[in-house]
Amino acid sequence: MSWAGPDEILLSTSLAGFLDKKLIVLLRDGRKLLGTLCSFDQFANVVLQGACERVIVGELYCDVPLGLYVIRGENVVLIGELDREKDELPSHMTCVSEAEIRTAEKAEKEARDLKGTMRKRMEFLDFD
Amino acid sequence: MLFFSYFKELVGKEVTVELKNDLAIRGTLHSVDQYLNIKLENTRVVDQDKYPHMLSVRNCFIRGSVVRYVLLPQDGVDIDILHDATRREARGG
Repeated sequence: MSWAGPDEILLSTSLAGFLDKKLIVLLRDGRKLLGTLCSFDQFANVVLQGACERVIVGELYCDVPLGLYVIRGENVVLIGELDREKDELPSHMTCVSEAEIRTAEKAEKEARDLKGTMRKRMEFLDFD
Repeated sequence: MLFFSYFKELVGKEVTVELKNDLAIRGTLHSVDQYLNIKLENTRVVDQDKYPHMLSVRNCFIRGSVVRYVLLPQDGVDIDILHDATRREARGG
């Protein structure tokens, strides 16, 4: 097995250029994991060190710590390099505790479900 | 391998990649591989307000399996060359 040289790494689609960088990994279920890339393979299976999940509800967000994560490649949508110079989130967003974000998540889900049932009940009106 | 070769020709051009989760990202095509995984540089998300977590992402890797469309620049394709290449590929050459 031969290892790619530095130029090949920079020019290829390989994730080698992302090793040891802080990344955001978007998953197919919509979750956003942050962490440092330790390892990867051709299927985009990745190992994240110091992983945390960034839960965003409206203007609130929380980074829930998870630890060392191995993510199966098929669940990966996108891997983005976080630019250290830039703000990770817009300044109007507030960091809250895990308990608060869970409450906000629940409230949002309930609001969404309610909207769903209301719409169902009104279906005979045939809007759209 | 036609589309792989084709995408390789587009490296350095500005493209918009729309994913199956409706996220659309515009950026410079940096590289592509045989799975049609795509690496973009100088990315910006088309609907930034809806995806605040993408604010500081400037370089990204997109898994080929989640891509719905790649929107190309107007001059991104020479139709005649593509026709010829398609026929050649279909003949198995």
